[in-house]
This record gives sequence, C-alpha cells and structure tokens, in this order.
Amino acid sequence: MSYLDTTSTKLLKTYLPLGLFLFVLLFPFYWMGVTTFKPDNELLSRDGNPFWIISPTMAHIEKLLFRTEYPQWMWNTVVVSVTSTFFSLFASVLAAYAIERLRFKGAKQTGLAIFLAYLVPPSILFIPLASVIFQLGLFDTRLALILTYPTFLIPFCTWLLMGYFRSIPFELEECAMIDGANRWEILVKIILPLSVPGLISAGIFAFTLSWNEFIYALTFISSSEVKTVPVGVVTELVEGDVYHWGALMAGALFGSLPVAFIYSFFVEYYVSGMTGSVKE
Amino acid sequence: MLERIQNSRNVLGFIFMLPATLLLLLFLTYPLGLGVWLGFTDTKIGRGGEWIGLENYIFLLGDSVTQLALFNTMFYTTVASVLKFFLGLWLALLLNKNIRFKSFFRAVILLPYIVPTALSAIAFWWIFDSQFSIISWVLMKMGWIDSYIDFLGTPWNARLATLTANVWRGVPFVAITLLAGLQTISPSYYEASAIDGATPWQQFWHVTLPLLTPIIAVTMTFSVLFTFTDFQLIYVITRGGPLNATHLMATLSFQRAIPGGALGEGAAIAIAMVPFLLAAILFSYFGLQRRAWQQGGSDK
Repeated sequence: MSYLDTTSTKLLKTYLPLGLFLFVLLFPFYWMGVTTFKPDNELLSRDGNPFWIISPTMAHIEKLLFRTEYPQWMWNTVVVSVTSTFFSLFASVLAAYAIERLRFKGAKQTGLAIFLAYLVPPSILFIPLASVIFQLGLFDTRLALILTYPTFLIPFCTWLLMGYFRSIPFELEECAMIDGANRWEILVKIILPLSVPGLISAGIFAFTLSWNEFIYALTFISSSEVKTVPVGVVTELVEGDVYHWGALMAGALFGSLPVAFIYSFFVEYYVSGMTGSVKE
Repeated sequence: MLERIQNSRNVLGFIFMLPATLLLLLFLTYPLGLGVWLGFTDTKIGRGGEWIGLENYIFLLGDSVTQLALFNTMFYTTVASVLKFFLGLWLALLLNKNIRFKSFFRAVILLPYIVPTALSAIAFWWIFDSQFSIISWVLMKMGWIDSYIDFLGTPWNARLATLTANVWRGVPFVAITLLAGLQTISPSYYEASAIDGATPWQQFWHVTLPLLTPIIAVTMTFSVLFTFTDFQLIYVITRGGPLNATHLMATLSFQRAIPGGALGEGAAIAIAMVPFLLAAILFSYFGLQRRAWQQGGSDK
C-alpha cells in the first residue's frame, strides 16, 4: 500500500514524476515571462545563461502598449467575452429549466439535441457560418462574435445547468406553487439563488471559452481595431521575417493573465464543473 | 389567456426554449446544412456556386495535399490521444495519492488548459525557434548535439513539435477528469483486495481500471474529438508547413476556403471530417453500453 512506502520510495515514485510534470506544464509560462522582460541583445544571444535576465527591460511592454493596438484588442476581447457569456447564461438558464423542470413534450429529445450541438466543432462550421455572417451584414463587427460564440457556449452551459437544477428538490417548487408563485417567480426567487455555484462555474467556462476562441475571430474579422487578443497577437505582431519575440511573448503573457486570474479565484467551481459535466 | 400560458408546460417550455433554439438554429443547424450543400458546389468567395455533385470529393480523393492532411490528422490524433491518455492517467494516479498541497497541484496543473491556445502556441513557436530554441541550447550545453535543431523546418520534426504542444495542452484535461473518476472509487475495494493479498499492480488492473472505464471512454471521446478538429496550434506554429507536412484537415480547409477563396472545396474538406467524428462518438457510446451490460447493468 502506498502509505506504507518509505520516504525515499515515495520521493522517487511520487514527487519526482510529479515535479517533472509540473516543470513541463509550467515551463512555457516561465519562458513567456522571462522573454517579456529580456532585452533584445540577450534574447538573440547564445552566450550566457538564457534562463535568467541580466538587465530586465520594459521596452517590449512599452512597445506592446503604446505602439500596437493591443489595448484595443484587449478591450474587444473583454466586450465580446462578457456579453456573449451573459447572453449565453440567460438563454441557458431558461433552456435548462425548461428541459429539466417544465418537462414539456419533447424535452428529452431537446436535451439530447443540445448535447449533440456541443459536439459540433467550430472548425467544421466556420466556412458556412462566415457566409451567414456576411449575408447578415455582420462581417468585421464585434456583434458577429457576440452572436456566434453562444453556439458553443449555450450547449455547454445548458448541459452543466441541467445537472445542477436536477439536484434541487422538487418539493421546494411545489411549496412555492401552492403559495401561488408562477414559474418565472419560482425560477428567479428559488432556483437561481440555489444554483449560484452552478451559475458561477458555467459563467467561468463561458468566459474562458470565449476568451480562447480563435477560428471564428480569425475568419469573421479583418480590421485590426475589431480583433481579439489571440488573433491580434498572431496576425498583427508578426511582421515579415523579423520576429519581435519580446513583444510577442508580452502579448501572450498579458492575454493569458485575465483568464488565469479569474480562474484562480474560482478554481474549485471550475474543476467541479468540468468533472461533473464529463461524469453525466 | 396569460393564466393559460402560465399553466401549460408545453407553451411555457416553448417560450423558455426560444432564445437558445433560435440562436442555435440560425448559427449552428443552418450553417451545418449550408456546409453540406456548399461541399457539393464550386462556390468561390464573392461568387455564388453551381451544384457540381461529388466533384469536390472526387478531386480531393486524388489530391496529394488532402491525402497528406488526412494522414497527418490520423497520425496526430492517434499518437496525441494515446500519449494524452497514458500521461493523463499517470498524472491522475499521482495526484490521487496522499500528497501535500494537493489542491494547489490540481489548480496549477490545469493552467495549460485554461490559457488561450493561440497564445501558448506562440510560446511553443518561440521554444522551437530554429536559431534560439532553448531546447537546442540546453542539449548543446550538455554536449548531446552539435548544431541547433531545426524543429519546425523539416517535416517529421515539425510534426513531432506540434504534437508535443498538443499533448502539453491536452494532458491536464484528461488528468483532472480521470482524477475525478478515481475519487469516486470507494476505498473499501482497495482494502478488500489488499486483505486478499493483491499487489498494487493487480489492484490497478482489476479494481481501478474496470471501475474507471466509463469515465475513460467519455474523456477520451472528447479528447479525440478536439484533437481531430484542432486548428489553432497548427495554424499558429507552422501554418501547415513545411511543405504541407503538418496540415490537418481543419487547417487545410481554412487555407483552401479563406485565403484560397474556394469556399466549396474548403467546406467539402470540413464535411469530410464528420464521418470520423461520428465514428468516434458511436465507438465510445456502444463501448460504454456493452460495458454496462457486462457489469450487470440494464440496457438503456
């Protein structure tokens, strides 16, 4: 049994591999950080110790913030992620409640259809979707992203919230009905307050998923001032054959920080949401 | 009237479903159908297409780049999924042990999965840089190689480099979901088998693995699905190069359709992925059912 292991075997069989995993999984982030603050002459030199910075510089960050449209991309990403998250949560709460509690005719099939919708990958949808966006006159607007992101957010959030609503006892609703509450009042005053943890995990998922989205933003947006961070960094910061690695890594680092920051506050919700949705 | 609406489950259900349904019909179901139709036309950007039947598919069958992309996609999916499974299972087993700072490890390990893939892919692009790669630098200093490795310049190097980035990103997801599965296994099974004299390996093989199978099936279906349709990593790190050696179906479909302008052909490549995806889903679904039946569960 593992708890009978001596300290040295435990060190060798548990902590050593765990340390290796941790090193490999976190190294790219360390490397982003180091590159961000390293002056060009150190970056483009094979001498010395590249793992360390001799004279740290803010030049790359300054270039990123003042000589590119990075702040604008950041703002776009925030606007798109926040609005599509709220819209998706709204639609998903209603849908999940209807499927799970109203039990209308065909609710079961609708639930299955929602799950299947989650399995449709954006990389097979983006071409026809681009032509739909074009026909609606939404090409190259933030609205194009705000309206298309919910296609992968709603199925996921609905699925997650359905599981959550299922865990709330029916009796609570029945009592409220006897007291004369209608469905809307039940949803707003009883179900929603009880499912705050579920709403939080659905919200974080939706937010990180839309912050990460790439292929729709790449296809539907062409002007720099409408781009999101992932697409802006990839398409605009790479100029010709000279790569400004410092600024690129700074862009990657700052683009990662907001999601990492939010995630760190709600990590328990995130993990339980993630595992719950797979176990269903 | 209002009273009747509030009391009818069907009417109310319809109203509640409206926002989600409208959006999914307009931006998911309709485009999916449109994609199938586009695959049968010769539509170009800025010009409507004519129905050409199976012509796109017949052309793609004989097109060497498409064949290569299909091979790459199969190779990439198979190798990455197998690696993600073993590494993820190993990491889950490690995290399931009685270790210190458990929740800290669990939280930190998910970071590669949280952070935007396009941005971490840029970090890998820099790590694999031909002139200043940190991997080459370390190997040089250790005296294992004589010159810097051209990670992204030769076909097999580039394939393995993008594969590494994909596995790096995918392992946390597999590890965390399998860890959740491990935690649902009751310790009494392990106690009982230990009393009967089972070795740790026997316990793993006869207790852990059978009980973990359902969650492995679901996790790996998701993993395969997302690896098969991956776009970001390849697009950012190699754009399909060198010499199309790392093109996947998704990146080739993008390249033909958007910069190339051949919407019909691009759509056909994308739609050609659907049968593979359906196969993955069905495989997992029926595999699970058989498993439930074997363990005495009733057929659903």
